[in-house]
Amino acid sequence: MRSDLTSDIIRLTGEHLSLVGISMTIAILLGVPLGIQVARYPAARRWLLGLSSVVQTIPSLALFGFLIPIPLIGGIGKRTVIVALVLYGLLPILRNTFVGILSVDPAVCDSAVAMGMSDGQLLRQVQLPLAARTIIAGIRVATVTTIGTATIAAAIGGGGLGVFIFRGVASVDTAQILAGAIPAAVIALFADGGLGWLERKLSPL
Amino acid sequence: MPLVEFRNVSYEIAGKRILSGINLSVDAGETLVLLGRSGSGKSTALKLTNGMLFPTEGQVLVEGRSTREWDPIKLKRRIGYVIQDVGLFPHFTVARNIGLVPRLEGWIEADVERRVSQLLDKVGMPASEFLMRYPRQLSGGQRQRVGVARALAADPPLLLFDEPFGALDPVTRFELQQQFLELQRDFKKTSIFVTHDVREAIRLGSRIALLVWGTVETISSPDEFRRAQTGEARAFLACL
Repeated sequence: MRSDLTSDIIRLTGEHLSLVGISMTIAILLGVPLGIQVARYPAARRWLLGLSSVVQTIPSLALFGFLIPIPLIGGIGKRTVIVALVLYGLLPILRNTFVGILSVDPAVCDSAVAMGMSDGQLLRQVQLPLAARTIIAGIRVATVTTIGTATIAAAIGGGGLGVFIFRGVASVDTAQILAGAIPAAVIALFADGGLGWLERKLSPL
Repeated sequence: MPLVEFRNVSYEIAGKRILSGINLSVDAGETLVLLGRSGSGKSTALKLTNGMLFPTEGQVLVEGRSTREWDPIKLKRRIGYVIQDVGLFPHFTVARNIGLVPRLEGWIEADVERRVSQLLDKVGMPASEFLMRYPRQLSGGQRQRVGVARALAADPPLLLFDEPFGALDPVTRFELQQQFLELQRDFKKTSIFVTHDVREAIRLGSRIALLVWGTVETISSPDEFRRAQTGEARAFLACL
């Protein structure tokens, strides 16, 4: 019985980590380039940010519900969960990316242009390194939030530590709830600590 | 052929006229000072020279070719640019800041390093001590010296100075002006130097163009300028 629980915890923690890992990787791969574009084209800023904010206001359980009937990305299972988690993670990453880029001292950017840097060189050598800390801060917020939100995945058959929590709530079993909640909290603490360390390490100054 | 020529240049932004009908020419080896109050259009004139801005009317010629016809990146790399206080990359060491344009131009590493050390010595900062420092670890005057070294790095024929010494204390400013004159003598570069400080203009310029509300009031040698009788010139001379 005890060893059953232990192996369940390990398995579901692994599932949880992979849900979060995959979602965050996709959110970063989408959010950072989008943030860069948003910083360049003020016109894109309004509607992209608006769209992300709207997604953020949808209660997570409802978002999962909305996604289920959508063909290709919907349905029961992990894929739907990942789509929802990506949508949630996108806003803080996107916002911090463009805020980070726009807050680079304009005199520094001007002098980079005056030195004859191309747009790409300006971005890679000046703007991104100087914005790195802010961008990582966004990724940190998104990751910690996603670790919590991912527990709801169990509601639509996505697995993860939420399985314990839903089972515990249904059977009024505190031990089951804790078996899901404690590992989730530990993962969140480690993620927060690790990304916080990275954030300080990447500080350009 | 003058190195830089402004032909009837006007510049407008959002319906506001910053420069109107400017005619200027800068010959190789001279230092043309653009003197004027804040908002007289001096900095805009510099940005028109290296193609960061383009004239609304007229044309700016660099080495006989309109800035519009130049490859914008090539043009900027042929012109050194020094601006007030900031503009050094805070995340680059002194060595990387100075070596920036040579590296962008694809110099081999050994040449870049030699050039960087040589220039640091030239601006009075021992390379061994300063190479690996970051801009925040330097005083205002040292930062400005690094800024000058960076502008000289790829050996451009033309240098633009946008109030480079404006934020420095009077003693440091004087030292840097002195050094500017020495570098000018050693490297024989052509410079356009923007300032609102009439003493600096007289000290550094081989000619002074006085800008008033986007037009050139007078162009004269420093000696002629001291005797000038036009309204704005007298206002500036009263500061001496």
